[in-house]
Amino acid sequence: MLETYIPIFVVIAGGIVFGIVMVKLNEWLGPRRPTDEKLSTYESGMEPVRTARERFSVKFYMVAVLFILFDIEVVFLYPWAVAFKELGVAGYITMTVFIVILLIGLFYVWRKGALEWD
Amino acid sequence: MIVIRLEDLLYSAPLLVLTSSGLLALIAEAAGRDKPVISYYTSLIGVITSLILTFLNLGAGVPVFNNMILQGGYAAYCNLIFLSSALLSIVLSRSYLERMQYHRGEFYVLIVFATAGMMLMAAALDLTIVFLGIELMSICLYVLAGFMRKKELANEAALKYFLLGAFATGFLLYGIALIYGTSGTTNLVVISRSFAQLSGNSLFLIGCGMLIVAFSFKIAAVPFHMWAPDVYEGAPTTVTAFMSTGAKAAAFATFVAVFVRVFDIPGTALSSVLALIAAASMIVGNVTAIAQNNVKRMLAYSSIAHTGYMLSGIAAGNAEGEQGILFYLVAYTFMNIGAFGIVSWVEQQEDRKLKFDDYAGFSARQPAVAVLMSVFMFSLAGIPPFAGFFGKYYVFLAAVKADMTWLAIIGVMTSLVSVYYYLRLVVLMYFCEGESDVAAKVPLAAISAVTLAAVLVILLGIYPSLLVDMTKGFFKI
Amino acid sequence: MTLQSFLFYLLAVISVGSALLMVTRRNPVIAALYLILNFFALGGLYLTLHAQFIAFIQILVYAGAIMVLFLFVIMLLNLGDVKQLTERVSYKKIIAAGLSFALLMEMLYIFVYAPSDLPTSRFEQAATIGTVEYIGKQLYTTFLFPFEVASVLLLAAIVGAVILAKRRLN
Repeated sequence: MLETYIPIFVVIAGGIVFGIVMVKLNEWLGPRRPTDEKLSTYESGMEPVRTARERFSVKFYMVAVLFILFDIEVVFLYPWAVAFKELGVAGYITMTVFIVILLIGLFYVWRKGALEWD
Repeated sequence: MIVIRLEDLLYSAPLLVLTSSGLLALIAEAAGRDKPVISYYTSLIGVITSLILTFLNLGAGVPVFNNMILQGGYAAYCNLIFLSSALLSIVLSRSYLERMQYHRGEFYVLIVFATAGMMLMAAALDLTIVFLGIELMSICLYVLAGFMRKKELANEAALKYFLLGAFATGFLLYGIALIYGTSGTTNLVVISRSFAQLSGNSLFLIGCGMLIVAFSFKIAAVPFHMWAPDVYEGAPTTVTAFMSTGAKAAAFATFVAVFVRVFDIPGTALSSVLALIAAASMIVGNVTAIAQNNVKRMLAYSSIAHTGYMLSGIAAGNAEGEQGILFYLVAYTFMNIGAFGIVSWVEQQEDRKLKFDDYAGFSARQPAVAVLMSVFMFSLAGIPPFAGFFGKYYVFLAAVKADMTWLAIIGVMTSLVSVYYYLRLVVLMYFCEGESDVAAKVPLAAISAVTLAAVLVILLGIYPSLLVDMTKGFFKI
Repeated sequence: MTLQSFLFYLLAVISVGSALLMVTRRNPVIAALYLILNFFALGGLYLTLHAQFIAFIQILVYAGAIMVLFLFVIMLLNLGDVKQLTERVSYKKIIAAGLSFALLMEMLYIFVYAPSDLPTSRFEQAATIGTVEYIGKQLYTTFLFPFEVASVLLLAAIVGAVILAKRRLN
């Protein structure tokens, strides 16, 4: 069984190696003549002021939580789709009930404006 | 392939109706803006319908949905507790939330979903349902605790409850994993068949221990009680009423379902662990309650103490203990929700009028309400002829019969201590001068809810056999 | 050494190492990144145990979605001065260390003195029950009811998230 996953491991290993090699190559081969101007943070030509570690708005959190909740819905869809043929109509109804309940959630979120960037 | 039978749906009608009413209330809240009254009535109708259906379903318990849950019998009895707790909380909440300016439809939706979670907990025949029920209830309660989102104490309450609750869930899952690993199944009935063989397995026992930790957290037993006073104080008062009755009853219902009906604990190490937790809860709860000045905090510690009384019934593990807990849960639900209801009438915005002194001379202005409050206090103290007395009587009797006389003695001694702080409130109301009064005119619905609770407390105190006879057949699977 | 045991030791070293690095980092963002590495290593371990579906979910949900949330929360809390987080040794820490040690001893006891209590390997079965198809069939027949309950649970969580975290309600 594990043998079938070898290509995936190869891709992951390749990705890691490629990333490290590129960064290191750049470090070794590239010329390095730093000035104050070059080392400053790039802000589209503006003078950087204050710390970059600003506190994020709770709006991002809202989006992340909703993303997770609907992501878990997708996780349930995956095994259902694989076993779809064997589950037949009963399986279809089952999933419809599940989706409808979560659609109510989506409707609620939408009406409350939680999807808007206020 | 037929996976759901029609009778599954019929037997679980109370649960399905309740959940659907929650869904409808949510749709109503989303569709029509600023009309929380629609959600209020939808959820109220749902709870009442479910209550009626539960009454029709009180016969023998039937396993449904592929042996996932048990409907009728034990589950129906527990459902009555949860649904009455939800009903009284919903009725009391409306005027309270309007006064506090937090009246929103989602409140009722969350109460209904939490109640559905409680019903699952009591009905569970499978550990996955135990987990899902506890989570459904807890997630709703975390949000309800922080419902007044601009209040600092409410935020603290929600955060504390959530963090510690998540930790307890971790214990629960770890315990379930160990039990599944050693027994090869999550089905409680199958596990119970091989319990004798499994009880020698140390991994299985560790799994059971983890379940005890998780359940002890949910029922607020010492030493897992730290969250209770802060959460009970910070949450909206009617939510505290709901948490301390419905949620506690639900946690006890699963505790009993798993450890009494399924596992055969008397004589095992688990039984003495439970006895120790019970004794610690009674002592810590009652002694700390004396020092409180805030009525909500006092009731929180009193709730810990009552957890201890009820746990001694589980520790005893005999028929008296089981019936005693089931009776106690009903009595406790009505007396506690009544007491919190009256606290919510006196309370004013920004947590004012929650101190003991704010009840001085209460009887002069509100003689009827003072009588109701005294009934609840006497019953909580366990003074006959109120329901609280018989609850204690049954569980202490059970402890004596199970050769745990020391536990019963601790129970009686700490009950005597508790009389001090309960009657302190009564003395303040009747024998002290003061300006105390309810914050605003209390609507008729709320008055009738609390009166109903008081009537039941007295009725069950006079005829405890009304309930006790019902619970006799619940402990055979 | 077979491929099986080689992968096990490799992934075990990565997961324990990344877990240690995670709890010892001072910068919470770096700690979170080590946690991602840990999740990946765990995903690999699940795969070696033939739990293919769990392995996918581990990477899809944990390393993906949950970590996004973690990072947002770290940035939301904005723990500017990390020094404030370091506690001095208090009695709580000593008690916590003692309890952890007791737990470790219990675990060791079982492995050393009561290995018969450990669940017997169901490795052959695992190859069939770990597939997505098998889980799909079980989840939508035997465990159908818990599955539907999960949808209500998710719905309650959605409502809760909006109530607590939405900036302006109405």
